[in-house]
Amino acid sequence: MKIELTVNARRRSVEVSPDDYLVDTLKKLGYKSVRRGCDTTSCGVCTVLVDGDPIPSCAFLSVRADQRAVTTVEGIPETASALAEEFGQTGADQCGFCNPGIALTVHAMQEKESDTDDETIRRHLVGHLCRCTGYQSQHEAIKAYLGDEK
Amino acid sequence: MKKKTFKTVNTQFPSVDGKGIMMGRPAYTDDFAPVDALTIKVLRSPHPFARIASIDTSAAEAMEGVEIVLTHKDFKRNPFTRAGQGYPEPSPHDKFVLDEYVRYVGDEVAAVAAVDEETALSALDAIDVEYEVYEPVLDFESAKGHDSIIHPEKEVYEMFPIGFDPERNVAASYHMEIGDVEQTLAQSDVVVEETFYTQAQAHTMLEPHTVNAHIDYQDRLVLFSATQTPFHVRRILSQTLEVPISRIRVIKPRVGGGFGGKQAIHGEMLAAAVTLRTGRPSKLTYTRQEVFESSYTRHPMRLNIRIGSTKDGRLTALDLQGLSDTGAYGEHALTVYMVTGSKVLPLYNKVDAVRFAGDVVYTNHVSSGAFRGYGAVQGNFALESAIDKVADKLGMDPMALRQKNMILEGETSPIFEVMGEGTEGTAMDMESCKLDYCVKRGMELIGYEEKYPRREVSEHKIRSIGGAIAMQGSGIPYIDMGAATLKLNDDGFFNLTVGATDIGQGSDTILAQIAAEQLEVPLEKMVVYSSDTDLTPFDVGAYASSTTYVSGNAVLKAAQQMRSRLVEEAARSMQTSPEAIIYEDGRFEAEDGSPGIDLGELATKLYYNEDQKQLTTTGSYYGTKSPPPFMVGFVEIEIDRETGELDILDYVSVVDCGTTINPALARGQIEGGIVQGIGMALTEDEHYSKKGKLISKDFLNYKIPDNYTVKKLTTEFADSYEDSGPYGAKSVAEIGIDTPPAALANAVENALGVRIRSLPITPEKIVAALKESRTDT
Repeated sequence: MKIELTVNARRRSVEVSPDDYLVDTLKKLGYKSVRRGCDTTSCGVCTVLVDGDPIPSCAFLSVRADQRAVTTVEGIPETASALAEEFGQTGADQCGFCNPGIALTVHAMQEKESDTDDETIRRHLVGHLCRCTGYQSQHEAIKAYLGDEK
Repeated sequence: MKKKTFKTVNTQFPSVDGKGIMMGRPAYTDDFAPVDALTIKVLRSPHPFARIASIDTSAAEAMEGVEIVLTHKDFKRNPFTRAGQGYPEPSPHDKFVLDEYVRYVGDEVAAVAAVDEETALSALDAIDVEYEVYEPVLDFESAKGHDSIIHPEKEVYEMFPIGFDPERNVAASYHMEIGDVEQTLAQSDVVVEETFYTQAQAHTMLEPHTVNAHIDYQDRLVLFSATQTPFHVRRILSQTLEVPISRIRVIKPRVGGGFGGKQAIHGEMLAAAVTLRTGRPSKLTYTRQEVFESSYTRHPMRLNIRIGSTKDGRLTALDLQGLSDTGAYGEHALTVYMVTGSKVLPLYNKVDAVRFAGDVVYTNHVSSGAFRGYGAVQGNFALESAIDKVADKLGMDPMALRQKNMILEGETSPIFEVMGEGTEGTAMDMESCKLDYCVKRGMELIGYEEKYPRREVSEHKIRSIGGAIAMQGSGIPYIDMGAATLKLNDDGFFNLTVGATDIGQGSDTILAQIAAEQLEVPLEKMVVYSSDTDLTPFDVGAYASSTTYVSGNAVLKAAQQMRSRLVEEAARSMQTSPEAIIYEDGRFEAEDGSPGIDLGELATKLYYNEDQKQLTTTGSYYGTKSPPPFMVGFVEIEIDRETGELDILDYVSVVDCGTTINPALARGQIEGGIVQGIGMALTEDEHYSKKGKLISKDFLNYKIPDNYTVKKLTTEFADSYEDSGPYGAKSVAEIGIDTPPAALANAVENALGVRIRSLPITPEKIVAALKESRTDT
């Protein structure tokens, strides 16, 4: 079946099967930042935004994206670039496999939350597993980024 | 000590690849898979131990879109080891690409390559296999001499003596004794004897094992692989598949974490075999279940330790004997086990006698292999737990006992000479060891005087402190070699090509910093490219905490040579002698004040105008010693005495890794290691069903730390300088993982008076131990 969606503000029309997941559809469309980490919605690597909300694209059927707006990290270059600067300051830029997903969640959090205190950041980011950093350097970098943005 | 002010090293710079990766640019292996690559899927064994009596692939082969089906019948019986080590390998050659035997649930039975994943999976279903099922060995303590022999095949062999005895399910065996342990213990005032168990831990790097292969326009096999050891992959592929090594190119793009898990060969053999036989590009990406079930884990161990002491707290003897479970294949069997002794027992170097011995046995579990810490974390848990017991028995403060007995700068241990990794070791003195400072500073940071051992904070809750010290190494002396090449470009920027393998730890960045420091150029003038067997010089790869020290020294040598070549060329251009040239910050000046020249100008002239030439230099380095980094770890916990649940309030690390080339990346290595160690200490555990099937094969059943696990990490570095290291640096990659298991076990005992001797330290075990202690009293 054919679905119509926008990806990073560009209209796309794509043939999908009823059991295709959005992660695979986006990969086929050439969005290389969308990667699989676990298959059980546990790790956060495959996160994309659908109508502004972070979702695990490994468990989101492509047909559900019909007529909706999908954002991958390629669609938020300013956020990703500024956040990367902060990750570089705290040493949170290690293997980076989890970072595109984190950038999207931070982007969405910024849109939704007026007060991004420590607990709010932790609550939004808890779905993003990281095996490299120990989390504290990421947390500090995200705080610094949000502070700079205010 | 050659301490000086640095310009580029010992300075924080963002990783060279951090921004591009965050912005989603193609970076990892799967991002480079050819669009027409065949998808490879692997049929895996449902039985822990069986022989394939018959296998019928005709239905699968007949399916549309299936390009090839491979079984054991398609491969010569040419055993290799997946371990991913140097040559000759200290791991037994006990693995076939595909075999008629399957030795754990998840072992490879057959592989299908098809036009897409769906077709490949359907083809797997169409393969008809009959198994002759054997009794598996599922308890490692009864593996030795078990009726079931896991490796009965006649082709398996050891490359040099490692104690390999497959008929008794022994993959490797080791014994060493210095002094007379039994006699010394018999004469000691106090002897503590304890038995500890450590579990299988999964690496869970976020990027699964991934490889893709194609044949290029020169008819060569090209692999992109998420590997820590591209040069070993090339060699092992060539030897096992009998392809000339000159026909193979292995490229390592960015890698999404490794921690030792990607030191080994995983999908590379099958992807190479499919592409060689079909001529078509192929790709193989492990599912998360395959990463858990069919890669490898940390070696589970039983460790029996005895420590002797005089009554005033001088340690007299250490005796560590154990048993290690290598699972179905003997990857890193001997070397991990030796590190359990060799990078742990020298911490207390003043004992009169020390012994280390044990067997590494096969079982029908998932294989064990390299994992950050590499045996030292297991040994540290046993030793540093037992040291607290000795202190308790002596009525002494446990940190005072450590301070009285631990290794200090200028000292040595006889173990260094006796024990290497798979072979004899190398004698060395501790030319840099600030462990005494680390302990003192760690005690200040955690508030030891006020908080040790415990405080009740409410009716149920107790806060307590626990600590441990640790050491590791910096590469394997006389074995690990790394090399680097520098090329000067016009306008005075450089390409730095290194064999060293950046897997996310930031080695590209710190190696560029070392070169930039020596050549006195800004970091952005150093363009680094790593780990391509065609284009970069050799390096053993990212393991054994070797990159900063071994590869870093290679970079420094290349840069020193480049600097002298540049001075020579500047002297020629300035018509003076090299001795008369002063080079600083990218500019050459003459002592006599005649006109100088900028590096950029000189470089452009060398390309286009005067005595034109390409300047390149190559440095290679192997260590003649392995200077250990040292650290102390202290944890403050809050524990509920009713439920056994505990919170980590703070984890303090004070580390001597010599100069930190990049302090933020060094911090990243330590904190990442600490939190992996906390996962091992508290929650991570591989569970098997009674029939030997792994249950914990996703993140729902295997719990790694998340961003709520640790409230606070406090990380500091000692002011230390290792003369033999590049700009004073030692390694920092592994040591972080070593202290949490013992520090947490010590904190739990300090809080509740119960000793947990098997990892992980779960609330259930704590509550059970409390119940038992109440029954005893």
